[in-house]
Amino acid sequence: MAKRFNIRMAGVGGQGVVTGSHILSTAVINAGGESTIVPFYGSEKRMAPVESYVRVSDEPIYEIGEITFPHIIIIFHPQVITHGKSYTMPFYFGLKEDGIALINNDGPMKLHKDQARELEERRAKLYYFPATKISLDVAGMDLATNMALMGCIGAITGLTNMIGLEQAVKDRFLGKGFVVSGGTAALDSVVERKFKKKQELIEKNVAVMRAGWNYAVDHGWASPDVKRAEEPVAAAAAN
Amino acid sequence: MSETLDPKQKTGTQADPATSVSAPKAQVKQDPHAAAKQQKIVTPEYLFLEAPRTKEFITGSEAAKEAIRRSNVDLAIAYPITPQSETMQLVGVLYGEGYVKEYYRGEEEVGVMAAIAGGSRAGVRCYTATAGPGTLRGLEGIASWPGHRLPVVAMFTCRVVNAPLAIQPDNIEVSYLLNCGMIVFHAENQQDMFDFTLAGFTISEKNDVTLPVGVCCDGFFVTHARGYVRMQDRSLKLPPREPWRGAVPVLDAENPPARLSRDAPVQKSNFMAYNIHAVWQQEVWAAVERSRKYINQYLGGLLTAENVDGAEAIIVASGSAAAQSREAVRLCSEKGIKVGLIKVRSLRPFPTQELRQLCGKAKLIVVPEFNYVGWLAKEVATAIYGFSNAKIIGGPRVYGGQSMPVELIVDEVESGLTGKKSTNVAISQVMGASTADHEAMGHFMRSI
Repeated sequence: MAKRFNIRMAGVGGQGVVTGSHILSTAVINAGGESTIVPFYGSEKRMAPVESYVRVSDEPIYEIGEITFPHIIIIFHPQVITHGKSYTMPFYFGLKEDGIALINNDGPMKLHKDQARELEERRAKLYYFPATKISLDVAGMDLATNMALMGCIGAITGLTNMIGLEQAVKDRFLGKGFVVSGGTAALDSVVERKFKKKQELIEKNVAVMRAGWNYAVDHGWASPDVKRAEEPVAAAAAN
Repeated sequence: MSETLDPKQKTGTQADPATSVSAPKAQVKQDPHAAAKQQKIVTPEYLFLEAPRTKEFITGSEAAKEAIRRSNVDLAIAYPITPQSETMQLVGVLYGEGYVKEYYRGEEEVGVMAAIAGGSRAGVRCYTATAGPGTLRGLEGIASWPGHRLPVVAMFTCRVVNAPLAIQPDNIEVSYLLNCGMIVFHAENQQDMFDFTLAGFTISEKNDVTLPVGVCCDGFFVTHARGYVRMQDRSLKLPPREPWRGAVPVLDAENPPARLSRDAPVQKSNFMAYNIHAVWQQEVWAAVERSRKYINQYLGGLLTAENVDGAEAIIVASGSAAAQSREAVRLCSEKGIKVGLIKVRSLRPFPTQELRQLCGKAKLIVVPEFNYVGWLAKEVATAIYGFSNAKIIGGPRVYGGQSMPVELIVDEVESGLTGKKSTNVAISQVMGASTADHEAMGHFMRSI
């Protein structure tokens, strides 16, 4: 049977929802799998709703378009839930039974009682994951929130590995011919200025990703065959 | 030519400046048409069936462009309406590179389709692409192409045309093209865009066909997304159009336009005019029938069938609905239900005999579609009437360009097999079963 996850990512403008989905998708392909993505957003501005649909599998994917019934939803920002900043309302709409909701928040959120009941009825697994906190702790900034989430989801799906993820980050920031929108290009240059050089940017992003990966393993969320990712020797020596 | 270093020229920072200087700008003008001039003409049989292919990851618009590069096109006319695809812009690039001999922008689709008719009537190989409202605006001209026996390839990257208007893919515009008398293909993916376009020219110019070919796809899903496309080397191209092979003489200074009606169209009660109309239309549809053998030869059949033998249910789909159905077949097999898939590639001519044979023993047929009216379900039901006792579920359907959730197709297969009421398909769209169940209709209306 094919290992297949349809993932709906919802966040707000500037968080790197689309960038994150590109990186996860590339990482799965790097690890020998198959993946497609469909980004979905209106006008490009900070804090405006953004969704991205990612399909990952170990078999060919023929399906096209938006994902209505995801196996996994990733909520990049608590305001998606509290302010309804999403194209999909409520945030868990269409989540399959026994599905996973990976939510970027420092702890469990108080959900409306109807929402809590509906999530319970479909036996949803709620994973509260402090992605922004991890990004701040490890990289000293919040802009790597998406990397933490991608590391975490990489371990949950078990369809990629840290090598594939690291290569995807390199492809994204060093690769040629990667086309991004004007807004994303502007944000890229901000991210790049915050680090001394691209190499540092990549190392920090990968470190955040690894922390996300290990968080998933430590909390028992990861796919059964997934193990903790150890830091590369060179990076450990540098610290 | 100066050998001195241009002060603006940068030297590599990582290496010895003396050896890593980039070459001075060559003053010799490169012929932008050089590669196009070196293209080699090969037979369609070699190009489609034998030439080695390499795989590339490109968009549907790029796939169409690559097909045009190898099609020896004389004239391409663009009208850049929104929504469009990038196809005609990319064909403009080919014009710059010399792969297309003439290229210009029309004023709007009425003018484009009329000019394409003029080009084809004059004996050159013509191509255009449009989408959604543009298709309907150009339809007056398009509907007259077959009667005038004009070989053309036109691409229709379907978008919403009914209200409320949107720019997402909804393939209802295909239903308007089906009755023009042209050959109509429906592409599932980028590979189909490439193959159908390239083969379209050859089929359309066969003497016993001499008809336009419409290559449709569900716009955006196919045109704007990337997929793997296996293509022959770009140094190969089709033989040029040989207009003397056509079923009617071409127009030039010595040949009057033989296919224009001699009487003014407003003349009424003229039995000669009625007779001519009957003859022209009979010829057109007979030519559509005759194209079957070429579609079989160059595209390998009007449909493809997978896992149909011994299947509990068969899904019949075209375009993007076929892509979604592949996943539905997989999900059903995970649930232990054996489902077959028939993908209809050619809508005109329609694979009537093939469907009668494949669906003869079927108990359930599900026809998912990306439009409200369900034109494919009606085609399928008409084709197999009297040859199959299958219950035909005309659905699920999505409209306005929504992506069809695969789960809806699985639901219809399951409810069709168990006899459970469908939640997404109106009972009036279930054929071969009782339609007297008003409660079921009410149930459908409530679920919208």
